[in-house]
Amino acid sequence: MYVAVKGGERAIDNAHTWLAEERRGDLDVAELSIAQIREQLKLAVTRVMAEGSLYDPDLAALAIKQARGDLIEAIFLIRAYRTTLPRFGVSNPIDTADMTCDRRVSATYKDVPGGQVLGPTFDYTHRLLDFALAAEGEAPVPAPKAEPRREPTPHVTEFLNKEGLIQGEAPNDETPPDLTREPIKLPGTRPLRLQSLARGDEGFVLSMAYSTQRGYGRNHPFVGELRIGQVPVEMEIPELGFSIEIGEIEVTECETVNQFTGSKTEPPQFTRGYGLTLGMCERKAISMALVDRALRWEELGEDNVGAPAQDEEFVLMHSDNIQASGFLEHIKLPHYVDFQSELELIRKIRREVAQAQTEQTQEAAE
Amino acid sequence: MSLKQKPDNEARQAYLGLLAKAPAHVVATHWDALGLAPEFTWLRVPEIGTAMVRARAGGTGAPFNLGEMSVTRCALKLADGVVGHGYVQGRDKTHAQTAALIDALMQTEAQADVEAAVLEPIQSHLDHKAEARAAKAAATKVDFFTMVRGED
Repeated sequence: MYVAVKGGERAIDNAHTWLAEERRGDLDVAELSIAQIREQLKLAVTRVMAEGSLYDPDLAALAIKQARGDLIEAIFLIRAYRTTLPRFGVSNPIDTADMTCDRRVSATYKDVPGGQVLGPTFDYTHRLLDFALAAEGEAPVPAPKAEPRREPTPHVTEFLNKEGLIQGEAPNDETPPDLTREPIKLPGTRPLRLQSLARGDEGFVLSMAYSTQRGYGRNHPFVGELRIGQVPVEMEIPELGFSIEIGEIEVTECETVNQFTGSKTEPPQFTRGYGLTLGMCERKAISMALVDRALRWEELGEDNVGAPAQDEEFVLMHSDNIQASGFLEHIKLPHYVDFQSELELIRKIRREVAQAQTEQTQEAAE
Repeated sequence: MSLKQKPDNEARQAYLGLLAKAPAHVVATHWDALGLAPEFTWLRVPEIGTAMVRARAGGTGAPFNLGEMSVTRCALKLADGVVGHGYVQGRDKTHAQTAALIDALMQTEAQADVEAAVLEPIQSHLDHKAEARAAKAAATKVDFFTMVRGED
């Protein structure tokens, strides 16, 4: 138990002043601007937006600067800031089929309608350190251009669905639960799980997904499609009486095609997992799709083999890095009173043991 | 003002969306170039908040809450009583104010000027940017082909 302590104000102030100085680092090195972080550390920015659950690149860049690059600390700052803002409303569900794709690949069809578009990817790089980047001031070679694609980019699952080969995703207009407004209720629903995974820690979700690949609840995923791009966000504006686009956000979407389900009455069908994140978070989106699929075991009539990724309570209650680090890190704060009682207890037990031993020795001697 | 010029909902939807998506500095540049500074009173001073963005499971299924985005909104009234609303992405209060002023002016005889001097250049700025990205994306379009495996 944490008991409030008093005092130490001057030490705390001095520690924070030193923190600010250390944050700035060597004054002979130019200071980082928010714009530099936003433009040049973009993947850190998008991770902070995805897990901070607030799309605002400038704010995420500021949080990264303030947190000295500690992304979980930055996510914490974003979550705290978010709670100070009023919520104007809820958007209409975004239409990811309508996304302008910077990247769009399918691991299941090579001739996918709309094409395979690699985008600015790390894939197929050699993962060798590029020392040219250590030499400053060189503008990169401009990216080559080609005639922009005009054809629509339908979801891969959509044409599998036309043949009835994959389980459908019937639209509905139910209001989804919102874990930022009410505590998680278990057993949860798929919309609750998707919200939780979308803001969950990338490392945690990745490890859960990896565990399914290694055999703890295997679900044989193919990346049916992975796409990254911009999608408009539309919201109903009561004072106008109609909806308008209130902005455009970058999202990463992953749809997996997994092994079959079926029964005596239903022919076998592929099943699916879904991953969607704010920003460009490819590893996270794929991981999310695998974990989403694993958590659907009951709905799809599969056995619970006791795998961690099938355990909704385990996944949902441990995926949030702010809750986790809050509880974990509080144990470094003063627990003097708590520990004092433990000390007294152990001294008492030792006294009793020692006394018992003395009595035994006396008895033996008699 | 004349009500005859009032834009229909579809047109209003289009330009409000454009103003919301355009970067604040782009809106500011073209607005400043127009050189109008109409008098107005606030109905709602600029306010920073969020919108919860929803998506659908599997792209088409049940709605879920993906995460929030920052939004700034305001409402104002021109001296002649025309009301303008601004809802823009991000946290720039001037951006929201400009959007609301443009919305109001689009309901007055200034409509044509605002359209030509502000909305069209902003639209073409966004189109150019989108086209440039689409062109770079197109240059990374690949044709994978599967190789026949050797027999031994």
